[in-house]
Amino acid sequence: MIEIETLRIRLSDFALQDIDLSIQDGEFFTLLGPTGAGKTLMLEAIAGVVPITSGCIRVNGRDITDLSPEKRGISIVYQDCALFPHLSVLKNITYGLRYHKTDRQSTKEWVEWLVERLGLERLTHRSTFYLSGGEKQRVALARALAVNPSVLLLDEPLSALDPNFREDIRNILKRLHQEVGITFLMVTHDFAETLFLGQRTAILNRGKIEQIGPVSEVFQRPATPFVAEFVGMKNVFPAAFKDTAAVVDDLELRLSGLPARDKHYVAIRAEDIVITKERLPGNGTNVFPGKVLEVIDRGFYYEVSVRAGKVVFRAMLTKSALFELKLPEGKDVHIEVRSSAIHVF
Amino acid sequence: MKIEKSKDPFFWLTVFCSSVVVGFILLPLVQMTVQPSFQDLKETLQDQSVRRSIWLSIYTSGLAALISFTFGTPFAYLLARKDFPGKRFVESIIDLPIMIPHPIVGIAILGLAGKNHWLGHLMHQVGIQIMGTVTGIVAVLTFVGLPFYVNTAKAGFEAIPVRLENVSRSLGASLTGTFLRVTFPLAWRSMLLGIIMCCARAISEFGAVVIVAYHPMIAPVMIYERFTAYGPKYSQPVAVWLMLISLVLFLLLRIFSVSKENQT
Repeated sequence: MIEIETLRIRLSDFALQDIDLSIQDGEFFTLLGPTGAGKTLMLEAIAGVVPITSGCIRVNGRDITDLSPEKRGISIVYQDCALFPHLSVLKNITYGLRYHKTDRQSTKEWVEWLVERLGLERLTHRSTFYLSGGEKQRVALARALAVNPSVLLLDEPLSALDPNFREDIRNILKRLHQEVGITFLMVTHDFAETLFLGQRTAILNRGKIEQIGPVSEVFQRPATPFVAEFVGMKNVFPAAFKDTAAVVDDLELRLSGLPARDKHYVAIRAEDIVITKERLPGNGTNVFPGKVLEVIDRGFYYEVSVRAGKVVFRAMLTKSALFELKLPEGKDVHIEVRSSAIHVF
Repeated sequence: MKIEKSKDPFFWLTVFCSSVVVGFILLPLVQMTVQPSFQDLKETLQDQSVRRSIWLSIYTSGLAALISFTFGTPFAYLLARKDFPGKRFVESIIDLPIMIPHPIVGIAILGLAGKNHWLGHLMHQVGIQIMGTVTGIVAVLTFVGLPFYVNTAKAGFEAIPVRLENVSRSLGASLTGTFLRVTFPLAWRSMLLGIIMCCARAISEFGAVVIVAYHPMIAPVMIYERFTAYGPKYSQPVAVWLMLISLVLFLLLRIFSVSKENQT
């Protein structure tokens, strides 16, 4: 269990401010944020390799704020793996063992288990120089886990990998976490990774935490405009509320219920906006006439911008759907938004 | 595979300037090396005072490098790894010995070693003499050689990602353990290069040494003395021997470092 209280790190051009965080024992926690949000800095502060300005870090009830890194029992895996280039794979993995006085036999079994689990049997005597990105990452994981840390810190372990290795390492991480029962704290800028791996997550932006919660909750109910956009809600609008309606510019969106007080925004996922050529028969709520502004090819899907009133909505269409609809720019269409798909915050 | 048919004028300019530079360095040295006859060279080496002064040159330079290595390594590591107020200032202090005219170095060190100064007084009481001693020569050579060791070693340390050291610490190694098991094995080649540079700088020093210690005579002082007393014909053979021996020593060190590299 990691408890962080009012952690502050002031650098010349950046600051982490008043970070409060509590991570449960054995949890897979992700720290999510864009580049430059201070994620790696926070990780290094927990590992003890960067000095902190003020605050307190406790692991399993023990205050480690003033402990040197080697006494913390916290391992770190960097994005670039940081393997020792002058040591073989096996010597990398066993590097830290001499500092941890444990039963020789059980240590040997533990290392053998890790090597086998991470599929490194054939590589143990190789130099680290010719390993692929995925192999390097697996060696770094084995090295970090070999010393049986109480916490494993992962600094964007998937970002630098080729897509095919990425999936491989992602599955390994998930399985390892389930099998070893060690607390994992992973830093990433990719929400998809968090969805797959994380149990709870904290969103970091410009040195501040914007939201902490279970991944699904952050995904479905973002608390700030930043988080909403970060988790892929392409349509975030400031809104005024009137009974069960949200007023966005000149449009009035029907909500599924009475919104709580102190709400200022609505957000809608691009995939929840339906585009039709004609107004559908029946009495649909939240159907607005609009004009197609732009169609952008996003690879597996198309992003279509539609202006309805003064508001520009961004919707997602599959290639085949777009082909059927035949939507040239400037075409008149209708958009429909289910009340339940409108998130109020 | 030929891609460019006609080279740009700039290309020919680079070729021309490179040959001028190389020629400028090599011509005088080659000229001096081929001038003395074998008989001269042989006789010079049989002269005991020549052998003594060359040996003195080599071992005082070696000592200077050893001192630079001992004190310069932790210092270079500190400069490479830590940011502190006034770091730029400290770095420029390190470069000072490169800029100061050599006789001034000698005069400055003598000024400190004189009996009028408390430090000189103290040294005198302990029995350390600077003027006209091997100690004095080593002190001067260390002074001029240190920057070359510190700067080279520092560059070597800087080239090692700090993340490697962070990982080592997180795995349980202390700062010392990390230095011995990660930093040193990765940086020793730069440190060796620094030692070579420092040695080379020390062995070539004349101006500062001649002020602190004319005797015992290191090779450059002897070459100077023979030149002023008897002319170039008598000084050249000594110079050739000093050059050859230094060259062989540095070559050996280089070969040693490369062959080690291939083993790992």
